[in-house]
Amino acid sequence: MEETKYDFDVIRWFSIMAVVYLVVGTLVGTFIASQLAWPFLNFDIAELTFGRLRPLHTNAVIFAFGGCTLFATAFYSVQRTGGTSLWSPKMAWFTFWGWNLIIVAAVITLPLGITQSKEYAELEWPIDLAIAVVWLSFGLNFIMTIAKRKTSHIYVSNWFFMGMFVMITYLHVVNSLAIPVSLFKSYSIFSGVQDAMIQWWWGHNAVGFYLTAGFLGIMYYFVPKQANRPIFSYRLSVLHFWALMFGYVWLGAHHLQYTALPDWTGSVGAAISLAMIIPSWGGAINGMMTLSGAWDKLREDYILRFMIMSLAFYAMSTFEGPVMSAKSVNALSHYTDWTVGHVHSGALGWVAMVSAGALYHMIEKLWGIKMYSAKLVNIHFWTSTIGTVVYITAMWVSGIMQGLMWRDYDEFGTLTYTFAESVAAMHPYYAMRAIGGMIFFSGGVIMLYNVIMTIRKASTERSSTAAAATA
Amino acid sequence: MADKIHSTKLQDKAERNVFVMFVLLLVTLSVGGLVEIVPLFYLDDTMEHNKHPEIVWQANVAKADRKDLSTWKTGDGVRPYTALEQAGRDIYIREGCYLCHSQQIRPFRDEAERYGHYSLASESMYDHPFQWGSKRTGPDLARVGGKYSDEWHVQHMLAPRSVVPESVMPNYPWLMENTVDGKQLERNLKGLRMIGVPYTDADIATAADVDGKSEMEALVAYLQVLGTMANLKEGVDYRE
Repeated sequence: MEETKYDFDVIRWFSIMAVVYLVVGTLVGTFIASQLAWPFLNFDIAELTFGRLRPLHTNAVIFAFGGCTLFATAFYSVQRTGGTSLWSPKMAWFTFWGWNLIIVAAVITLPLGITQSKEYAELEWPIDLAIAVVWLSFGLNFIMTIAKRKTSHIYVSNWFFMGMFVMITYLHVVNSLAIPVSLFKSYSIFSGVQDAMIQWWWGHNAVGFYLTAGFLGIMYYFVPKQANRPIFSYRLSVLHFWALMFGYVWLGAHHLQYTALPDWTGSVGAAISLAMIIPSWGGAINGMMTLSGAWDKLREDYILRFMIMSLAFYAMSTFEGPVMSAKSVNALSHYTDWTVGHVHSGALGWVAMVSAGALYHMIEKLWGIKMYSAKLVNIHFWTSTIGTVVYITAMWVSGIMQGLMWRDYDEFGTLTYTFAESVAAMHPYYAMRAIGGMIFFSGGVIMLYNVIMTIRKASTERSSTAAAATA
Repeated sequence: MADKIHSTKLQDKAERNVFVMFVLLLVTLSVGGLVEIVPLFYLDDTMEHNKHPEIVWQANVAKADRKDLSTWKTGDGVRPYTALEQAGRDIYIREGCYLCHSQQIRPFRDEAERYGHYSLASESMYDHPFQWGSKRTGPDLARVGGKYSDEWHVQHMLAPRSVVPESVMPNYPWLMENTVDGKQLERNLKGLRMIGVPYTDADIATAADVDGKSEMEALVAYLQVLGTMANLKEGVDYRE
């Protein structure tokens, strides 16, 4: 019955691909993490070196896994919250095929060294153009679906998805402006300090809007649904939404503290970064408090566990971020593994875990069946949590240690350590990080298995009911 | 119930009309970027050579009067990369060197001792795209030029652990075999000129001389020029 009211087919495929890309993206991540611990793993093969695979890892987890998750959840929740079908199911299929072709293009070009070298925006200009077209097809479809909704007000999750759409459009267009010199090579039209500021305006807001606003949209729909409770506070959601939209845009400058970027820009970025604790925690509190009076559900509901743990990681990393943007802390943390650890507490702990929760919830609804194994969901939950904690702990220790070693002076007033000594000191932590990644990756594999078995179970049940109906 | 306003009138309007929400977002989301980015293009303080013209070669020379790169001498100031250096820079980007090496020295005592004078914005004014980096898995390279011999760089690129046992850098044997395509390089330099890098016709013609040279030679040429262009003086406060 629901099937006739909503367009679910394309969402099923986005969900399946999201799980596949979770496995692929974390596999590449685990591999490049291992290369830093054991450099022989570069195998003297150009296409497998760290410098070429690292962009593949970031693009796979952010745009392949994150993107498919966002499209699946956005198209799902916009229909459910509006009580209406998609404005154009055909266009949604265009988004699906377009996005997946872009991912294939990334998998081919990045290992070949075809790159613009802007972090998280490495893909060359023809692919950038394709991204713009596919992205607009998503945004148009999403907004028009809201426009034809049956409800009077637009639900909060859709505000966040819309904020993400608008900002990523701005960022992608400006940061990708380049002059092509061949089919596979272009140069940024900006140079030096302006190029750096524009890149980190993009870089931090890929995090702030793609990986935060978008996933807060997921949180606002799926946490109340899974907990079967209304969202804790409407007022809080209004306040923290607009504060987040306005404030996040400014944060990029904190990536360039003490560089040749003028002091005023970095300081403005740092000041707003500190203030961002408030809107960020507004979201975390709103999500967590939705469970007030129903905390006992965490005992049996493993899907809900994912969501609540993700909010805990979200709260933690949005506290850590402002701390790291303060100039005195940044002087130590910048250029070190601490940054990498911070990104992963957000990416693994928040983004991947809230995605897993939402995907499990959706898969049960989309195929009208419980997960094949609740126990495996629980095992996935623990591998995700433990993997993330091992990873970020390793990076905290190595990052702070690097920062301290680089600036250490002995009693004669000379630098205590050579750079090479700091590299050698990182080895145990790089190994530990690779192990954390492996644990997290194994959870992804378990999820993929569980999802495949669930879908198989659903199709056997459907064919047996169909057979019973005909008989 | 549906008619009751639970927040402000404007918020309620935005929640009822998706296009109002869309426009509000367009405006809200544009402020931060406009305030932080646009002034960097016109505030004189951003580029140090506005106050210290000596750090950039031919800083105030009209386009028609510019001399060729071949007349530049070390210490004359920041200049566009030669054809060979630019070819090396393209390889640096292709191999993702920037993912482990920064090119941006901060004004701290330990960084000054380890890497040299803090980096200036004017030093990367011809860098499309910038290569400041964000991570130091390996050391900063902003002033690596002239610190090691060409032979050291070649050996280090072929087998990093043969010269730095602690290194985790990959080996780059293919740089010895691959050669630079002069035709493509010429197109690259022309592209860079279109977006403001002041190459003369003679500068662009030198791309042909680079054709067939090994990628290793190009990359080493790029590394050896890093940080050597401007003659920065101790005690001068370039950033006030």
